[in-house]
This record gives sequence, C-alpha cells and structure tokens, in this order.
Amino acid sequence: MKFGVVQFPGSNCDHDTFHVLSEVMKRPTVWLWHKDHDLRGVDCVVLPGGFSYGDYLRSGAIARFSPLMQEVKAFARRGGRVLGICNGFQILLELGLLPGAMLRNKDLKFLCQHVHVRIENDKTDFTRAGRKGQVLRIPIAHFDGNYYAPPRVLREIERRRQVVFRYCDANGRVTDAANVNGSLNAIAGIRNEAGNVLGLMPHPERASERILGSLDGRTVFASLIASLERARPARRAAAPRRKARHDR
Amino acid sequence: MRVRILVSFKDSVLDPQGQTVKNALHTMGYGAVSEVRQGKVFELDLEGTTRKEAEALVPEIARRVLANPIIEKFDWEILKGR
Repeated sequence: MKFGVVQFPGSNCDHDTFHVLSEVMKRPTVWLWHKDHDLRGVDCVVLPGGFSYGDYLRSGAIARFSPLMQEVKAFARRGGRVLGICNGFQILLELGLLPGAMLRNKDLKFLCQHVHVRIENDKTDFTRAGRKGQVLRIPIAHFDGNYYAPPRVLREIERRRQVVFRYCDANGRVTDAANVNGSLNAIAGIRNEAGNVLGLMPHPERASERILGSLDGRTVFASLIASLERARPARRAAAPRRKARHDR
Repeated sequence: MRVRILVSFKDSVLDPQGQTVKNALHTMGYGAVSEVRQGKVFELDLEGTTRKEAEALVPEIARRVLANPIIEKFDWEILKGR
C-alpha cells in the first residue's frame, strides 16, 4: 500500500509523518502538494500537523480550498482512507468530512505535552491493531483542540460509535483533569459515519520510535496498514460477490 | 460599496476569550460588565455590486468562508455606497 503526505504552506509535521510512514512503518510514501490535482495513486492520504496558511481566519479554514483538497474530498467520498492529525483534523472539520468544529483550548493556552487517550472503538481501520479500552501515550501540540459539536450532532456521533479516542488519565479514566483542552465528551479523535476518515488531535508520528519515549502512535499506522493490506477482503465482504470479482 | 461583516460565537457556544476579557474588566473594577463576547470584523469593498446583489452575496460569503456556521454567527451592514 502507498501513503501520501499532503504539504501546505505552514505544515510542520510533514517530514516527521513522512519519516515514520516510510522509515519506521516501511511503506512506500509520496509527497502530495496542495496545489496539485493528482493524488498519485495513494491508498491513504495523511494530512499532517502544523499551521496551514498560518491559521489565518480559523485553523484549517483556508487549506480546505486548495486544489488538492477537492481531490481528497472526492477520494474520501469514494471510500479512500484519510487520516488527519492535529491541523489535519481541523482541516477535515472545516472541509465537512468530519462533524463538529474546534474552539480555543479551555484555558487559552497552547498545549504541548504528552497525554493519554483511550481507544473507544477498536473495530475501525485506524485502531484495529489495538484493543478497546487500551490507553495510548501520545503528545499533543495545539491551541485549538477544544472539540465542539451541537448537542444533537454530539448525540449522533456517540450513538454511531464515531468517537475513536478520548482523553483519559494513565489508568484509562476519563476525568475533567485529563481532558486538558476542554473537549466535549473528552473527544480526542473521531471518524466519519462511513468509517474511512479519521481526525485526531494527538500526534502519533511523534510517538512511533523508542528514542521519542513512546511507541503507542504506531497503533494508528499499523491499523491502517492492516486495513489496507491484510484485511482488505474482509472490509469488502459486504459488497455483492460477483461485482467484487469483476473489479479484480 | 463597502460592507462590514461581524462574526462572533453563537450564544450557545462558550467563548473563553470573551470570558477572560470579562474577568480582566472585573479585576479593573468595571463590575457593571456582565458579559463579553469577542468576534472578528471584516470590511469588504465590492465593485459594481447593487444593494440587491450584495444582499445575496455577502451572507453567502459569510456562511461559506468568513464564519464557521457550526460555532459562529454573523451580522453585516453597508458602510458606504449603495
């Protein structure tokens, strides 16, 4: 499988992400430039962290208009896997691929620290290498990570099990103190209804090598690889069989 | 024509920056201030646009770009021209 990492002016986790995908996870990885119209045949698009367009207007608000993002939108609608990390999550919200919006952190501080998140759903393309209730230690680095959705939308997200990660303490308990940015329902990561798009505020690419103090971030990338390589037939099992044969 | 668009958080959305400003005002002794909501102001020059056209165009621009309708609302007015 092939990963693509998108670069916007102001992306600053693009090289870290590229490094982890290509050197640590050892999968072919290509750069995708925001002005291009071509996704270069990738199986998974990764929107890295950073400050695309300087966070002008709102975090992620300008990046969504770039030519490449129109392709990413169409790719996601066709079922292509899209992973948005931090600023990438904010872009996916602004683009409307994920529900909700980000507010400024509750204490108006830029938060750069390790946090714990709990896997709420292990039956997703992004967490299948982990298990439900597992606590991951991954750093965050953001100003606007205070997840908000109107009450009705929030209820729907919970009912459809779209919450994939929640902030918690080291023992996996969801507490107000552990919910550092004040997100509603302590939401740290959500997927779309179809399950092929995930956004999360923590940076798994900064927790994928021993020298950086945690390997927990690999769970996300390993899950994606498992979904797109080994588990591909399982995901398609629901489609009519005859059609699947014609596809090959 | 010049228009001014004011974007601010919906009443249902917490505005931590507005709260912080309010707390600062209270600290300074302005106890009469019971609520502060912070927002953004945009001024747009529109060329060759009639008032009627502006009434369709400006809310469209505000909804699609300047405000995030999930968390923000907007007001607008014509500053000059007609």
